Amino acid sequence: MVQILNLEEAVRHIKDGDIVLGGGFYANGTPERIIDEMIKQGQKDLTIVNNDGNTTEKGMGRLVAAGLVKKCIFSWCGRMTCLPQMVDEGKIELELCPQGSLAERIRAGGFGLGGILTPVGLGTMVEAKWGERTHLNGQDWLYQSPIRGNVAIIEADRADEEGNLVFNLTQRNFNQIMCYAADVVLVQVNNPIEPAGSIHPQEVHVPGILVDVMVQA
Amino acid sequence: MNSKEFIAARVAKEFKDGDTVNLGAGLPNLAVKYLTPGTKIYLQAENGIVGFGPHDPEQPINPFCTDAGENPITINKGGAIVDSVTSFGLIRGGHLKLSVLGAMQVDEEGSIANWLVPGGKMAGMGGAMDLVCGAKKVIATMEHNAKDGSAKILKKCTYPLTGERVLSAIVTELGFFEVTPEGLVLREISPNVTVDEIRARTEASFTVDENLKEMTVN
Repeated sequence: MVQILNLEEAVRHIKDGDIVLGGGFYANGTPERIIDEMIKQGQKDLTIVNNDGNTTEKGMGRLVAAGLVKKCIFSWCGRMTCLPQMVDEGKIELELCPQGSLAERIRAGGFGLGGILTPVGLGTMVEAKWGERTHLNGQDWLYQSPIRGNVAIIEADRADEEGNLVFNLTQRNFNQIMCYAADVVLVQVNNPIEPAGSIHPQEVHVPGILVDVMVQA
Repeated sequence: MNSKEFIAARVAKEFKDGDTVNLGAGLPNLAVKYLTPGTKIYLQAENGIVGFGPHDPEQPINPFCTDAGENPITINKGGAIVDSVTSFGLIRGGHLKLSVLGAMQVDEEGSIANWLVPGGKMAGMGGAMDLVCGAKKVIATMEHNAKDGSAKILKKCTYPLTGERVLSAIVTELGFFEVTPEGLVLREISPNVTVDEIRARTEASFTVDENLKEMTVN
């Protein structure tokens, strides 16, 4: 059953050392209010999984700048000015993953699969550092492991009291799949939470059974 | 037309009516400006859009309607939004006709390097490694030589690869090269350039199409 909590209570679900999946593509779809509260509460030694981290002032990058993160899994982090030095100094671990493989690894984690076999990244640094080449059905593939989180932090446009979610246009990005791949799914809902039945079943992007906690933004 | 615009305009000639196309940031993105009138293409973006165009300055900006470079956009009538998994399913699954990327280096085996300069900042590959796997045609675009004049079409890329043996073609301001199992073939040559000149500015070996054409743009 989904709970509707205030921001402080909701973010208490996150613990030190957790793997946190964060929805969003730069600012679009990033649950900034949840990140504000995470910085306030200061859960540390986090592993964060996000498309890009955005910057040290906006998005998941703020958690890095606040010193709360021990490992990042990103497809890109070119806007995170503080990260390269922190990586060089061994203060933080950075795993890079091709964007589509990242989405697919999260899907595998959420859908009960043992990982993915993909042509993406063969012959690159991804194979050398984070994957394993295998040969099946006459073709080479890169094996990449599934990704699951202890918590997923999500931004949605609309939700009903059953936790059914609807995203606004490209806000959807990684938010949809991350709801499948974490033990606790924590959603920042931007519009007033509506009575059950307000969202037509065929318009639901994420079924409410996946959602654990909603916060009214 | 400067050399980047010339390259972009030549790429635009590859667009056929009804094609679904992903264009990388920078030079590849310029190609939409040179789309042949009457040709309809579906632009695809990594963050989950099929069928979009530039933001209409008459309309307010919607922060929930952005492309993969976080630019505001307009979704075309009949366009569609998908999530990241599906977006890359479209890319990797062979549902794009064409993927056009910028490149730092390419080589005669059809490999491309465009995400990391050795010793440079580890900014990540974003969707580039996915975008070179799966599209029916993968085109690398770049100026023919580096600022210091050194070759960028090499026997073997020296920068970390984005993809190994993935390219279909390479377009520079000097010519259009097709990547074939037998190696690079120069299919088109720019006006006022000779084959010898291109050879002098290219490290990779290539053959010249016996029906070599002039590279022209619309």
